[in-house]
Amino acid sequence: MEFETIGVFGIVIGVIARFWPVWLALGIILAFSLRYKKVLGLYGHLFDTGVGIAGLMICLFWLFTAIFADVIAPFDPLQQVAILKNATPGTVDPGSGLTFLFGGDRLARDVFSRMVFGSQIVLVIAPAATMFALMVGTTLGLPAGYYGGRIDNFLSFLANLVLAFPVILLFYLLVTPGIRETAIPQWLAGVFFIFPVIFFGTLFYTRFKSRPGLLAVQLAITALIGGWVYIGLVFNRDPLGIISIRPNELNIFVAVVFASSPGVFRIVRGLTMDIKTRDYVAAAQTRGENPWYIMLWEVLPNARGPLIVDACLRIGYTTILLGTLGYFGLGLAPESPDWGTGIKESSRLLRAYIHPALPPVFALMSFVLGLNLLADALREQSLKD
Amino acid sequence: MLSFILRRLGVMALTMLCLSLVVFFLINLEPNLKKLAISQLDMRSSAEDLESWLQRNGYRQNFFVRYGQWLGVMPKQPNIDPQTGVASPRFAYCREPAEARFSGVLQGDFGCSTKFKVPVAQRLVPALGATGILMFWVMAVMVPVSLLIGVLAGMREGSRTDRSLSIASITTTATPEYISGVIFTVVFASWLGWLNGSAASATNQGVTFYNFTLPVMTMAIYGIGYIARMTRASMVEVMTQQYIRTARLKGLGFSAVVVKHALRNALIAPFTVIMLQFPWLLTGVVIVEVMFRYQGFGFTLVEAAANNDIDLLLACSLVSVLVVLSTQLISDIGYALLNPRIRVQ
Repeated sequence: MEFETIGVFGIVIGVIARFWPVWLALGIILAFSLRYKKVLGLYGHLFDTGVGIAGLMICLFWLFTAIFADVIAPFDPLQQVAILKNATPGTVDPGSGLTFLFGGDRLARDVFSRMVFGSQIVLVIAPAATMFALMVGTTLGLPAGYYGGRIDNFLSFLANLVLAFPVILLFYLLVTPGIRETAIPQWLAGVFFIFPVIFFGTLFYTRFKSRPGLLAVQLAITALIGGWVYIGLVFNRDPLGIISIRPNELNIFVAVVFASSPGVFRIVRGLTMDIKTRDYVAAAQTRGENPWYIMLWEVLPNARGPLIVDACLRIGYTTILLGTLGYFGLGLAPESPDWGTGIKESSRLLRAYIHPALPPVFALMSFVLGLNLLADALREQSLKD
Repeated sequence: MLSFILRRLGVMALTMLCLSLVVFFLINLEPNLKKLAISQLDMRSSAEDLESWLQRNGYRQNFFVRYGQWLGVMPKQPNIDPQTGVASPRFAYCREPAEARFSGVLQGDFGCSTKFKVPVAQRLVPALGATGILMFWVMAVMVPVSLLIGVLAGMREGSRTDRSLSIASITTTATPEYISGVIFTVVFASWLGWLNGSAASATNQGVTFYNFTLPVMTMAIYGIGYIARMTRASMVEVMTQQYIRTARLKGLGFSAVVVKHALRNALIAPFTVIMLQFPWLLTGVVIVEVMFRYQGFGFTLVEAAANNDIDLLLACSLVSVLVVLSTQLISDIGYALLNPRIRVQ
């Protein structure tokens, strides 16, 4: 059976055309940023170097792809067009008249649409898990570095315990269908997700203790938003029904936070030990400030440079971890469109068909590369100050 | 120095004890035991059959008793037939004796693999040997290449060579093994046909250039970028030191300065980094061995985890944790030895 195809040139034009909302959004951001570069601080400085622009544009490209996935992708990621099984790139589906731009996979799904929808999974879980890991690592790393002594020994021992686990072993133990039958993911989630609430609560309390009116409002908002997210994520019982998470996603989320918090802890602890010897910390101590005020309002803001760089690299690393999970079929559903699962599916059939393997491979690689370039540019900027 | 090493070894032992307890707990969760019983009997077994199998083979004893048995501080009991009172070995295929005895990790007995039906040591030792060969070649490629890239990039900071090599290193750090593996297989095996996309033949027919290049390349490439960047940073720092300027001012050529004065000082930091790469390499080993079907440690670990082979998985965890902790120790000691300015407190 012969199908109509559109050729290499047609594919390139077709792909560029399908991404039109992304180009539009990127153009607006770029024009806006270049216009107001001077007043945008660190963000504006990113536009001074080619590396910074390239990194930022790649990251934004995938961000907008995730946001506009429904518009960009011509097919549903799970839709099977039986006659287009293993179709070569550029084959036109005779039914709908739309093109399988990157061909079809072994279950006759559109590889291009799956790649586009895969970005949604990565861009939700990776940054969110990194943020939670940052909260956990910061909340524990600050006192460990500031007080030292027994607290530090205990917390460092715990962190080293987790770091001594090879990541892959940790995932094989923590992300299994068996674990999801027990309450362990919920317990871990219950522990980890309380940290942002503690963090922001302490943050506002130490600063605005003397202004009870303002403090009450801030604490109420923290408790409200924190409690809402907490109920939604840990118990999966969001009263408004907006936040919901499937058990396997919670499992992955918790495992990723668990694996990356000790790294953040170590960095924050090291930075705190360095910064606490500075004069402004001694001045705050002489003023008789609360230790937590010093940690959160004197030490932390001065540690932000390395932390931002680390967060960038860590999102990339988390993306790689998610890909590893997908590659080993851990946690994510077998039909899930995420990039790791796509690579696993197609790498088994490389001898016969190579086209389904390449889009997820280059998608994951380019996103991580973008984050690494961005981190590199940010590091150079923070070294300049 | 000696007391430092002894204290570190003590902490290491404590860490391994804690971790083995955690792993033991996770593997012995109820759903996992059920999975094990199903895989040992068959899919259609009734709940009572599964329960009686678990009961008979001692999986229903107290958690700490079983951990003690595995560790070797509690006696392992043979199966006793409730009707006749005759003792029989728990796992006949591992030739376990039919009497109670202390035989755990402390005595050097890692138990019995329920998946491969052999003692764990018999399965694990050849696998570790195979992975050792892989690691040797990976190191033999990764270390010289990354040091060379790092030194070349770092000796003239900001030059064109530096910029392009830095971008190349960043790119390789964005390429995990499962990505580079696919790309290399597509290019060198599917398209050019130069190399074999599977290392399965390396296990029994020996390592050849044809079947082993792709796994080694795939594993090395992820580490190269990171080590090269660290080497570059270290090299850049050394090149701004006073003694380098002195050497230049007394009229030495640039290459002589780099080779004789800068290199030795610049290579201290990468040593630590290379040692600390081992935990990452373990993950890489698992991915590469599964991808290229090479029967080594990573392959065994995946098989053990997929079949909930309790003793084998525990032994795998112990080995990997030992590797991680000992490389950390070596990196600390080596750093102190290489750099006389740092004295261990």
